[in-house]
Amino acid sequence: MRELETQFVTRRGTVRAVNGVSFQIATGELVGLVGETGSGKSATVRSIIGLVRKPGRVVGGEVRFLDEDLLTLPAGRLRKIRGSRISFIPQNPFAALHPVLKLDRQFENVIRAHKDVSRGECFDLAQQVLQRLAIPDPARVLGGYAHELSGGMAQRVVIGIALVLDPDLVIADEPTTGLDVTVQRQILDLIVELLADDRRAMLLVTHDLGVVAQYCHRVIVMYAGTVVESGPVDAVFRQPAHPYTRALLDAVPQPNKPLQILRGSIPSLIDYPRGCPFHDRCAFAFARCGEETPHLGRLNNSREYACHLPQGLIAESVEARTEAR
Amino acid sequence: MSLVKLEHVSKTFKRDKGSTLYAVNDVSLTIDRGETVGLIGESGAGKSTIGRLALRLQTPDAGVITFEGQDLAELSKQSLSAVRARMTVVFQEPYQSLNPRMNVGEIVGEPLVIHERRLGRSERRQRVVDALEHVALGQTFLDRYPAELSGGQQQRVGIARAIVTRPSFVVLDEPTSSLDLSVRAQVLQLLGDLQKEFDLAYLFISHDIHSVEHLSSRLAVMYLGQIVEIGPAAAVFTDPLHPYTQALLSAALSADPDVKPARFLLRGEIPSPTNLPRGCFLHGRCPLGTDECTRAPVPLHHAVAAHEVACLKA
Repeated sequence: MRELETQFVTRRGTVRAVNGVSFQIATGELVGLVGETGSGKSATVRSIIGLVRKPGRVVGGEVRFLDEDLLTLPAGRLRKIRGSRISFIPQNPFAALHPVLKLDRQFENVIRAHKDVSRGECFDLAQQVLQRLAIPDPARVLGGYAHELSGGMAQRVVIGIALVLDPDLVIADEPTTGLDVTVQRQILDLIVELLADDRRAMLLVTHDLGVVAQYCHRVIVMYAGTVVESGPVDAVFRQPAHPYTRALLDAVPQPNKPLQILRGSIPSLIDYPRGCPFHDRCAFAFARCGEETPHLGRLNNSREYACHLPQGLIAESVEARTEAR
Repeated sequence: MSLVKLEHVSKTFKRDKGSTLYAVNDVSLTIDRGETVGLIGESGAGKSTIGRLALRLQTPDAGVITFEGQDLAELSKQSLSAVRARMTVVFQEPYQSLNPRMNVGEIVGEPLVIHERRLGRSERRQRVVDALEHVALGQTFLDRYPAELSGGQQQRVGIARAIVTRPSFVVLDEPTSSLDLSVRAQVLQLLGDLQKEFDLAYLFISHDIHSVEHLSSRLAVMYLGQIVEIGPAAAVFTDPLHPYTQALLSAALSADPDVKPARFLLRGEIPSPTNLPRGCFLHGRCPLGTDECTRAPVPLHHAVAAHEVACLKA
């Protein structure tokens, strides 16, 4: 994905929801995309699969999937890719499932849009994938309706539909938000297990840093429609290079540790701020930050960050501040 | 004397088709002045029902609930109203719990209109402004409407409404669950500050284990309407005794990549509260369960000092 820009034209002005976002996902990778509400996470993933809702529009950039630019593909070709090669797991399973269509028919609709197979074969495929998702008695579930399922079961069915055609890339937008932690853990384990081969990749949108720390290989941190940091999860979470990443990690409540409070909120994406979008909330900001927008630059082979401060400075400063306290 | 005391409280709900939902099953719990008791468990465990029973927004089928030594069931309508000013609630969805047609001044002032009718208009306004200042909003917010506020500001309005009558006990029903990380930390800190200033007792209901751990002095773990473990928060978090607590805590993922969670998982999902299992409610899902666990209900017993657990294997 290169220099992706997505905007929403509203009466109050143009919202620059995605503002020049670039990143890559390699085969076999599980990538976490994190940031607060309004950081542009959902708009970014919806742009990838051509599902930006009106009045939103992708106005620039490039999204390459293997060797095709998804943004310039004819609608029919994009539909062929979406659902079979790239699939999407949304947050709310009950909004994704049809309320009055039996579940076997919903599987059938997805499978037969992409593959010339009989209804019986569809049923077998569906049953197999639900079995792998640890759904007891899949045949009975397939003969029923969405409303008969618990939240955890419904989300498994949605994940089953997303995985049934064996996609290369799975994009999941907060797939476990709203589920209980024990169910969340089961479902994440299942997704990771099903994806555990070197051919497939997953982009996981979440605001749960614990999920990223424990499940993802790489993390991309977004703020105000831009990527502010990316790299291997362990390295980034142990020693973040961007003050926003640092602040997010510090905001996770921990026992016997005073909360570090990140004041303020994400700036308006209509009146996009001058300089670094984070500068008015940043504990380390200096004059240049209000003037000049930092670009995403290389920290080393695997890490990037967008900040005027040299790496390492924020770690030292945090320790100094802690000692002073 | 405990500020809030629940003794052997049970609550069922009649459902259509004649089935009965056993929401709370023989729960005893005390909350002291100025302390936070965290209440964790999966959806459907009965956490919110406990909160509503403690506030007498619902009446128990069995058991006694006292507040400041008074049995809530025996209070007249008038004295119950007076008590209600001293025990309040903050809800999960700030926007849905605020009337969209009332401005912030009216929303925060409403409990005073109901419970402190003798207050004059200017005194009431002063109390509202005072409450808003305590939640870092101030009087510029008086004339604004909920839809004009951010999620964090809406939750601050909900908190101001809960403290305006100067309560001693506040039920926090998932107050941080719908908030972003940075806002969640702000709200948690605010709740901690208010507790110190007003000596508030909190019943903190949440499935966000990190937040509960941060704020709670004691912790109770619920499963299918029962408390299966209760004790000092630090003890329960560092040395959970009940298999259910162990599973629940191990499912809470740490943001520290160097802290690998224990892989202690339960089978399946929480059974329906309309059809309770025999014996220990967890036995069908528990990796430690044996035949012994299916025979009779397992009551809480003291394990270490104030740390109680309801498990035959612990």
